[in-house]
Amino acid sequence: MAAAVGLLRSGTPGMAGANTASGQRCALILLVCLALLSPLLQAGPDEQRQRQLDNLLLQDCGSCHGLRMTGGLGPALTRQALADKPRDSLIATVAHGRPGTAMPGWNALLDEQDIAWLVDRLLQGYPRP
Amino acid sequence: MKRPLLSLAIAALLLGGCAHSPQPLPLRGTGDLGVVVERATGTLQLIESSTRTSLARIDGLGDLSHASVVFSRDQRYAYVFGRDGGLTKVDLLLQKVEQRVIQAGNSIGGAISSDGSLIAVGNYEPGGVRVFDAQSLELIADIPATPLADGSANSRVVGVTDVPGRRFIYSLFDTGETWLLDFSQGNQPATTRFENIGKQPYDALLTPEGRYYIAGLFGEDGMALIDLWHPERGVTRILDGYGRGQQKLPVYKMPHLEGWTLAGDQAFVPAVGQHQVLVMDSSNWQQTGAIDVAGQPIFVMARPDARQIWVNFAHPDNHQVQVIDSETHEVIATLEPGPAVLHMEFTPRGDQLWLSVRDGGEIQVWDPYTLKKITSLPAESPSGIFFSSRAHATGL
Repeated sequence: MAAAVGLLRSGTPGMAGANTASGQRCALILLVCLALLSPLLQAGPDEQRQRQLDNLLLQDCGSCHGLRMTGGLGPALTRQALADKPRDSLIATVAHGRPGTAMPGWNALLDEQDIAWLVDRLLQGYPRP
Repeated sequence: MKRPLLSLAIAALLLGGCAHSPQPLPLRGTGDLGVVVERATGTLQLIESSTRTSLARIDGLGDLSHASVVFSRDQRYAYVFGRDGGLTKVDLLLQKVEQRVIQAGNSIGGAISSDGSLIAVGNYEPGGVRVFDAQSLELIADIPATPLADGSANSRVVGVTDVPGRRFIYSLFDTGETWLLDFSQGNQPATTRFENIGKQPYDALLTPEGRYYIAGLFGEDGMALIDLWHPERGVTRILDGYGRGQQKLPVYKMPHLEGWTLAGDQAFVPAVGQHQVLVMDSSNWQQTGAIDVAGQPIFVMARPDARQIWVNFAHPDNHQVQVIDSETHEVIATLEPGPAVLHMEFTPRGDQLWLSVRDGGEIQVWDPYTLKKITSLPAESPSGIFFSSRAHATGL
């Protein structure tokens, strides 16, 4: 149930344009359809998923990279540490891991949008001051 | 006779006044106390196993991701090793931080010497070990690890363990070595280096009497064994190639070896990258079995009577705990305490098992004989649980 609500919520922002163009019922149907499809439409993780990912970033990534992302068994992931790293290569590292190191590929547990969202969180600077 | 008692009472009052509790703290022992690391908030909860309650929260301990704790031999002080390089001495009686030093940039854990006088801390940054006076936390020795080939840093240190005879042993993750520091002749240690022990030792364990040091390897399937009765014999490879022919799974969390298990003449250890607990004959260290379990094991711990083995798991299977019969090797129970079970700690004689449910925000106390939950206590992202009884165990 919570997941369905979350999905609807995540679908809503993308609907603003469609809402003005069509009749209300049409818009409602479209809204529901798009909401259901939203995970497939690169809409990014919904709120509930974001909370899960946030916790994953802090706790599970933090186990190796430090709760403050200052490094541990894995390197530091602070904003400064990532400043010269291309976003795509960071996404590839999270998805596939780094052979020869302790970094696993997370694509068995996370989809592309999840991974992109996590990388963007880090690039914005995590944890926030 | 009267005067010392009076001054003691006054001192107790004064000291009590300094602590968090508004009332003077009553006289008490510390043998049934423990601490729970609340890693997100950098706090400790002081717990009491006799009443299964939390007595206090102690704050100001910094970044406690991957924190571990050792105890002074009088069981009054807990030494907390934090990720941020902090070494904090916590007074369990006064329920407060007595002293705190930032001794490095990034650390992983430490140990207290067999005589209780030295604290050794293993550091990632700068890679090496620093040894401190347990009373004053003054630096006694600084032992940098082997530099990396490119000279950018020194190897990171893992698995720091106390060895009988005022010695410490630890492994170097990046350069595949084990070093034995001997402080028996004074505060300038004699160092014995074991090279080429295997790729990427990630943690280590010591058998309870202190004879065998076993480092788990992340970079290859196997473990490196050193017989500390005979260090001159060097390193023996055991469990060589245990995962051979099997697809190794991504490892989302490094297993821990510290809470490993000797049950009679059997040793139970986590397999890296496999959903298995491996069994060895501890008289010859040959593998005798592999037990299929619900996920990648993290802690594999025997109930103190050695009749059961309790196992928790890495993400994404970390909502479960399994109980294995140590004789039949059957999984006799699969429990679901809650989301993200990070750590388990038995009371020393096994009447209780405490476990931390990180994402459930609670510590749970179980009866490991009935397999029933007794109670739970709220906690902020709890991770490690450490009872003061560790003060009298070698290698913990």
